[in-house]
Amino acid sequence: MTETLKGGPRRGRLRKGTRGVPLPLLVPALAGLAFLVLPLIALLVRTPWRTLPDQLTSPEVWEALRLSLFCATAATALSLVIGVPLAWLLARTDFPGRRLVRALVTLPLVLPPVVGGVALLLALGRNGVVGQWLDSWFGITLPFTTAGVVLAETFVAMPFLVISVEGTLRAADPRYEEAATTLGASRFTAFRRVTLPLIAQGIAAGAVLAWARALGEFGATITFAGNFPGRTQTMPLAVYLALQNDPAAAIALSLVLLAVSIAVLVGLRDRWMTAS
Amino acid sequence: MTRPRRRALRAAGAGAAALLALSACSSSSDSDSTAAGSDASDRLSGEVTVFAAASLKESFTTLGKEFEKQHPGTKVTFSFGGSDSLAASITGGAAPADVFAAASPKTMAIVTDAGDASGTPTTFVRNQLEIATLPGNPDRISSLKDLTKSGLKVVLCDESVPCGAAAQKALGATRLKLTPVSYEQDVKSALTKVELKEADAALVYKTDVKAAGDKVEGVDFPESADALNDYPIALLRDAPNAEAAKAFIDLVKSAEGQKVLTGAGFLAP
Repeated sequence: MTETLKGGPRRGRLRKGTRGVPLPLLVPALAGLAFLVLPLIALLVRTPWRTLPDQLTSPEVWEALRLSLFCATAATALSLVIGVPLAWLLARTDFPGRRLVRALVTLPLVLPPVVGGVALLLALGRNGVVGQWLDSWFGITLPFTTAGVVLAETFVAMPFLVISVEGTLRAADPRYEEAATTLGASRFTAFRRVTLPLIAQGIAAGAVLAWARALGEFGATITFAGNFPGRTQTMPLAVYLALQNDPAAAIALSLVLLAVSIAVLVGLRDRWMTAS
Repeated sequence: MTRPRRRALRAAGAGAAALLALSACSSSSDSDSTAAGSDASDRLSGEVTVFAAASLKESFTTLGKEFEKQHPGTKVTFSFGGSDSLAASITGGAAPADVFAAASPKTMAIVTDAGDASGTPTTFVRNQLEIATLPGNPDRISSLKDLTKSGLKVVLCDESVPCGAAAQKALGATRLKLTPVSYEQDVKSALTKVELKEADAALVYKTDVKAAGDKVEGVDFPESADALNDYPIALLRDAPNAEAAKAFIDLVKSAEGQKVLTGAGFLAP
């Protein structure tokens, strides 16, 4: 990812060189593509097209979709606010235990999301390590609320942003920032005026990745925030529950989620990730 | 190592981590079903594969051990899970199972309608709803009506799963308007919310309250009698080990089997 983002001038050359693709690369590449696309095609093949309009006009579907889009966007925003500084800390400073901190940041990537949800309950639940103080001091309880959905999605999605931004930061030349500080800028000003514009594309790529992950989040959300239509029932939850007794409805719902995410991802990629 | 090479490696590492994370979010069934490849024709021997509803886990495991003791040379393998997903794997032909024990007639019907059961299923136990409250019942809940008190956080099962359908049936009889904080995806997660003290009460099965020990307290309510859940059991048509499977079903229905099941909180049919 950092390669394509950084290697702007080189890309023109790469794009033209499709003539002589070696077979040992082409065959597995096509197999990989087929593996990823085949399940999606199967979904389209088995979609009950005739009853689809009925399925899609129900207000519950739109409620779930609106909630999904809102929560994924809020989770991405939250990830940007706290994730980008964290990535900067990991890439640009040296402190004891930095390797450990980086491993901890990527931990939610390997943690089963359901376990993540339980961990969030134990930390921020009404009876949780921190949550009990939130409740008794401020009267804030997070489980079963929309804010809880945003937190669960942030927990799962933010590592994608942090890793992506950190990679971009490491690939970016630190001498620009050093020059800025030599010329009298504070380190924060250098970050704001020099580093941020330099890594904007990496941030955008990471944000898109985090948004996509948040949109599809299921395990942590249902464990931490529960499932209530209009408040915490996002599309993946609606799909899962529909699957229990009405697979046709589940397929229709999946299709909506798929269409919306493809539309957004294609739109964002064109705008942010390919212009260089 | 040159700089671009290292960068490429790092990108590959991040990609691999992302892949791992994405694959981790797909749910996995907890127990595996090894193929029962025996063709015991005369004496009882070989493997019996039993697909059973998750709520039967404790009691069926006990009965499985008992069966193996009574019939040396046999081995009972269980696959516990949601009745609907078990039914789907039986009708899909993916799993060579001998016996299916479901948590509702509706899920059993999926198998019988597909012609995958041999004979008619019989109801072997019933399960009744109970209110699970925090230990010591601090909110003094004694009836369904108490659950509608404002400020009380109640979780129900989603209507698409058997415990949620039963809860709606019980509530429907009372005309109470109960707004839960969440409709959980199965009975265990509804119970967990009370165990973790995130919810004040949940409508779950008696057997779940019993299995949770002193982490929750059970409160009976009369309306639950109108929403009993029947558990049917059936021999499957393509059972690789039909003889032993029949014997296992007989054990479940025997006085001895019923004792284990009622001990776990089930009601006799």
